[in-house]
Amino acid sequence: MIAIIDYEAGNLRSVERALRHIGKACLVTKAPGEILRARRVIFPGVGAAGRAMEVIRARGLDSVIAAVAARKTPLLGICLGAQIILSESEENSTQCLGILEGRALRFPQTGLKIPHMGWNDTTRHREHPLFEGIDGKAHFYFVHSYYPAPHRSEDVLAHTDYGVAFPSVIGRGNVAAVQFHPEKSGRQGLRLLENFCSWNGEA
Amino acid sequence: MLSKRIIICLDVRAGKTTKGIRFAGNEDIGDPVEMAREYYEQGVDELVFYDITASSDARDIMIDVVRAVARNIFIPFSVGGGIRTLEDMYRVLDAGAEKISINSAAVLDPGLIGRGARHFGSQCIVLGMDVLKVEKTARIPSGYEIYINGGRQPMNLDALEWAKRGEAAGAGEICLNSIDADGTVEGYELELTALISRNVGIPVIASGGAGSPEHLSDVFKIGGADAALVASMVHYRWHTVADIKKHLALEGIPVREIF
Repeated sequence: MIAIIDYEAGNLRSVERALRHIGKACLVTKAPGEILRARRVIFPGVGAAGRAMEVIRARGLDSVIAAVAARKTPLLGICLGAQIILSESEENSTQCLGILEGRALRFPQTGLKIPHMGWNDTTRHREHPLFEGIDGKAHFYFVHSYYPAPHRSEDVLAHTDYGVAFPSVIGRGNVAAVQFHPEKSGRQGLRLLENFCSWNGEA
Repeated sequence: MLSKRIIICLDVRAGKTTKGIRFAGNEDIGDPVEMAREYYEQGVDELVFYDITASSDARDIMIDVVRAVARNIFIPFSVGGGIRTLEDMYRVLDAGAEKISINSAAVLDPGLIGRGARHFGSQCIVLGMDVLKVEKTARIPSGYEIYINGGRQPMNLDALEWAKRGEAAGAGEICLNSIDADGTVEGYELELTALISRNVGIPVIASGGAGSPEHLSDVFKIGGADAALVASMVHYRWHTVADIKKHLALEGIPVREIF
């Protein structure tokens, strides 16, 4: 069973629909016990970091997510989930989960439109089971104004160019996170979710 | 590099895709769910469904369409037509749409843009604008006027001013439809697209007039659009998404490749 963490932050149903489509059993839940029992955990999210962390703390999900990460359970952050697994976010100056050291930063003014919205490609820094069978030139769907910036360069699995080269896939060990929306990224996105579902959490 | 998006628009009336010319005279051309699936397979980047049935009982049919589309395709899609309240927005988003498009309702109740953006996030709110070229006057300095109710009712509101107000109120994107070009298949209104696109900081989707792949390269290069809406040229099978993308790639415009 895959647990999709429910913290009132949008797009949960689209992740659930995508997993059902590829034949994976999943559960949208906010119950700590269910999240801790799951074989895999997805941490999605759309919205603002400040509000998201308020809900996460109020429900005690911060320690639950930390426990999932520590137990070597495969954990996938999506969009806002990829930002708030870091130590802090510039958005609302928010203290975040600190599963990976780093900050979520706002895109600098480069003359490009913000949010970064639409299909963009990634440049991989190394191979990872999440990328299995996905063409290196594949595009994914992004919608965001902040991006994850891990302190350790080895935590960056791929980057994307939008005025700046920003980390778009990050991770360490059993934790991986994507800034784009695999559940809205067509066949390549579904493949990434399938890869997550068969990943043993080692990288 | 961020690619330019090709968005296919499906007008839906009583559960069927329909196609009209200059907002008048419609014919049914297929099942929206099947068509959405076919375009998804072809590699379209995004879809828009406009509910052109005004009556409220037909709204439930549209919600069923949205649910069925969301189960079958995994790219972003938006829904417009008849959305007037936060409750309407919630129903469509909950059924699986990524974004909602508001047009007449936003002009009549400008606070709706901000309420929607605060509630669901700016990325969910597309401001649809139906625009007609008119003489420049003190009230309409850009020479482009906003119309509502399917392009029938002039609002004495300047299109550029409205676009800027919409952005300030929290719209995440603008879908800019030229009434003059709509249904002509003779090309987008490039001057209008450039005017709006260069003066707002949110993405602009050009709409109205697409008939050939060259029209899309023009609207990206000359009009500065971030995305281009197409309908007839794919619905009537004059071109496929692949044809259009091939042409754009040859013109040096970044597009999402299909694997």
